[in-house]
Amino acid sequence: MSTKPQIVAGFMPLLDSALLVAAKEKGFAEAEGLDLVLVRETSWANIRDRMAVGHFQVAHVLAPMPIASNLGLTPLAVPTIAPIALGLGGNAVTVSNELWARMVEYGAAADFDPDRAGRALKEVVAARAARSDPPLRFAVVHPYSGHNYELRYWLAACGIDPARAVDIVIVPPPLMADALASGAIDGYCVGEPWNTAAALLGRGHIATVKAAIWRSSPEKVLSAAAKWAQDNPKALASLLRALCRSAQWCAQPANREELARILADKTCIARPAEWMLRGLSGELDTGGGDRRHVEDFFVPFAKAATFPWKSHALWFYSQMVRWGQVQHTAENATIARETYRPDLYRAALKPLGTALPVANAKVEGALRLATPVGSAGASLTLGPDGFFDGGLFDPDQLDAYIASQKP
Amino acid sequence: MPARPTTLSILVIDENRLRASVIEAGLREAGHDNLTIIHDVTGIARRIAEVEPDVIIISLENPNRDMLENMFQLSRAVQRPIAMFVDRSDQAEIEAAVEAGVSAYVVDGLKRERVKPILDMAISRFNAFSRMARELQDARSELENRKLIDRAKGILMATRGLSEADAYGLLRKTAMNQNRKISEIAESLITASGLLAPPEDE
Repeated sequence: MSTKPQIVAGFMPLLDSALLVAAKEKGFAEAEGLDLVLVRETSWANIRDRMAVGHFQVAHVLAPMPIASNLGLTPLAVPTIAPIALGLGGNAVTVSNELWARMVEYGAAADFDPDRAGRALKEVVAARAARSDPPLRFAVVHPYSGHNYELRYWLAACGIDPARAVDIVIVPPPLMADALASGAIDGYCVGEPWNTAAALLGRGHIATVKAAIWRSSPEKVLSAAAKWAQDNPKALASLLRALCRSAQWCAQPANREELARILADKTCIARPAEWMLRGLSGELDTGGGDRRHVEDFFVPFAKAATFPWKSHALWFYSQMVRWGQVQHTAENATIARETYRPDLYRAALKPLGTALPVANAKVEGALRLATPVGSAGASLTLGPDGFFDGGLFDPDQLDAYIASQKP
Repeated sequence: MPARPTTLSILVIDENRLRASVIEAGLREAGHDNLTIIHDVTGIARRIAEVEPDVIIISLENPNRDMLENMFQLSRAVQRPIAMFVDRSDQAEIEAAVEAGVSAYVVDGLKRERVKPILDMAISRFNAFSRMARELQDARSELENRKLIDRAKGILMATRGLSEADAYGLLRKTAMNQNRKISEIAESLITASGLLAPPEDE
């Protein structure tokens, strides 16, 4: 009797847990000979703690979290690797109905355009400051999150100082819409379905989306305890293959309804399937009664969406430095770069014949159009991947990029 | 130099009121009188500024741990640096706490010997509470099972004209033959008779 290796994975109830959840529910993990056990958690801190004591071997985490852990920025830091990403995009910025009404007075429109929304928000912020009103308060889910960095990037690029002109606080995703409705916060940046939640319940208006601030940008990764990964290379490789197949399945429009039902289950996100469909299809309700299509809102598979680019790790690191979370040193940059493991990804996925990028890093924001790139296995198209302000991040010019950032 | 007051200020954050009171009782018995219990994190920054806790105990079920940890690092409301208890505990203790479903934060500079008994108490009370909740759950399902069996007996008595003892005997025999629990057989019977009942029933 052979026993399947068991892998216990922690996850948070968010749309992009889809790859992990479908790997289990649609039998991709089992087909790879794994007994994948999923445990839903209530906070990122719990996931971190339970990884540290060995309850979880892997987890669905915010892409900057393993980097923060390896840099020793969080408690209970144990060496962690990110051998696969769990898709691209999936977040949005939602504001209260009151704030949206003010923004509309200054030219915002329900088109998710970050430049237009940002210019309007800047006027609102200035008007409040002139009246000595308290600063607007925005929420993100965690200090080491794509949400925190893309919100700050957007605000700063629009001339709003995220450190002084607004307050940024932490609120758990399922409580965001309530916090908005109660007036405790004026806006937030969160993953789906928690923007749709506010839009459909009439509690807020989606101002812009991650896919518009930085198209095809990283969001969650699978983190693995480095020690476990080292001791169990076969089990890890099997899991990476299962996740890749799951990503392929999640990306099929024909599977959306079923995926939405799986995610809506009370053991997963426990909210209506209809809410899940918005993010999966990119057909978002604005909150003003109409619906708009967002290209590449959430990308589970195409464009090497699961590849752990070292340039993604380094961009997150550059933002940690920018907002004063860590000191820039060559050693810290190396720790950030080495956290992401495209080598393990490539070795595990080679037998599948899917498209594997040849490079480990790329210039982020360089592709204005979808562009064929060098790959092994199937052919690969990347991009467009632009930052809304035309910014470029060349990981080989990290020092210059960091020096050029406005704090 | 005057010593710090001997009683530490302890803040317990637990949305589960029953469990919070179990922990409170334990800490009071152990002589900790400087206790604050809150069930809701609304306005937590102000409360922390008022209470100036040396030790904060929070359930892992609470979704606000990320918010709290961020506040400990950044907020001006928190005048003294607060670290996670792990800085002062060993691996076994961390594991025991996570297993029990509790986490703790302590103010910087507090000695391990002073924190450990408080954490141990919290861990044992969390475990005791889980045990109690499990027992309650078991008792509840025991009662449910008994009700199911009574209903199934009633159905058999009415439809097959059996005595109560014979009805129970039939259920028991069927359960033994099928290697299932009597309550499961009873449940199947109730479901089946519900399906077969005339539509105006219920």
